[in-house]
Amino acid sequence: MQDVVLALLAKEPSHGYDLRARLVAALGPLGETLNAGQIYVTLTRLEKSGLVVQEREDAGMRGPRRKVYGLTAAGQERVAEWMTEGAGPRADVTEFHLKLVAAAESGRADPLALVDARRRELMRSLAEAQQAALAHGTDSEAGLLLEGIALRLQADLRWLEACERTWAARGKGGENG
Amino acid sequence: MTRDGLRAGSRSRRGTGDRGAGAAPAGRRPGRTTGPALRAVGLSRAYGQDESLVWGVDGVDLEVPAGQTLAVTGPSGCGKSTLLQLLGGLDRPTEGEVWLDGRRVDDLGERALARMRRRSVGFVFQSFHLMDELTAAENVELPALLAGVSPRTARRRAAALLDRVGLADRARHLPAELSGGQRQRVAIARALVNEPLVVLADEPTGNLDSAATHDILRLFGELRSAGQTLVIVTHDERVSATADRVVSLRDGTLAGDTPLPADGGATRLGAFLSWED
Repeated sequence: MQDVVLALLAKEPSHGYDLRARLVAALGPLGETLNAGQIYVTLTRLEKSGLVVQEREDAGMRGPRRKVYGLTAAGQERVAEWMTEGAGPRADVTEFHLKLVAAAESGRADPLALVDARRRELMRSLAEAQQAALAHGTDSEAGLLLEGIALRLQADLRWLEACERTWAARGKGGENG
Repeated sequence: MTRDGLRAGSRSRRGTGDRGAGAAPAGRRPGRTTGPALRAVGLSRAYGQDESLVWGVDGVDLEVPAGQTLAVTGPSGCGKSTLLQLLGGLDRPTEGEVWLDGRRVDDLGERALARMRRRSVGFVFQSFHLMDELTAAENVELPALLAGVSPRTARRRAAALLDRVGLADRARHLPAELSGGQRQRVAIARALVNEPLVVLADEPTGNLDSAATHDILRLFGELRSAGQTLVIVTHDERVSATADRVVSLRDGTLAGDTPLPADGGATRLGAFLSWED
């Protein structure tokens, strides 16, 4: 959560309400489960760790005043690290998805390069899983597990194909919305 | 269509780099050759003409070292089957060259090309392409007989190969009496009967269930260990994962080249075991 909020601030300073709307857009129904309180708690924690700083307070047209947060230098550094670090073959789909969203939005990394790096990582893991699955066969306990791991890696690789298509198309069409 | 006419048409060529050669892992011990078993230089194939000209394969540079198992992947329509047909001399390039074992083959005459295909290339297809009225053994013998091998030698080779693919007891069966996986194993035996320099397989597991796919992949693994050069076109990631190297095609051009770890290692799989005590 902290990394995601930081990444969404990489493009420009923003306030909690806007960040939540951004997450809901990127996450769909998964984002609906986030309540605004969680975002504010996260922002407060990030501020304490010196990763974000309150830049100003915007008066809302109606309703409450909104604290606008921006990244500190340390925050910038952490975002760059998070976006490009490999998370291993078991990495979370949602987290990787948000990395691509944040990368495209902030311009800090190329989503297609992230997809390509992840594909290589998963392909190498699948090579290991598949070799081991072939050696064991699915009638053994170990082989059955390896089959499950191989199928899962295959599913992740297929999803990356979809990621590549979508982000390539958006890249061609100029800045995404 | 005239190749020269097409070549005369102006077109800007995108740079394709030399990833094919550079990123290749060290091949296994070469069987008959020291150079690459297979080499494509600026390989292109166009369809249609004038405004409707479409480049199915567009400037592919690729080297396959002897003994390497190479997987070619990509979405449907990316040109991977066309590339395989160009490499195997089933189709002629519009531009570029194909070299097999140090010999240029794309400009051979029809007869010489057919001889090259028979002797040096083994094909495996998605839908097997066995002769329905011939037994398994006769299907395997046929290309040997066509290549001028004596009937006795052809019979001996077919028996040995059917044994190698685990079908010694099915030698007298017709294809209709065999399962899909068994038919494909017969087709692989047939592809090997003239001891080809390269085996080219187009979606070899496309019509097979997962158990039969495992059998075919184990068989490919044995060929790989024996030093057979193998090019497999597939959209199945689990098939390409068994190769030494994966190249991906997009819109007819090479878009990626990934060497894979040799078998035996399982260092990455530990990520799937994370207990928090």
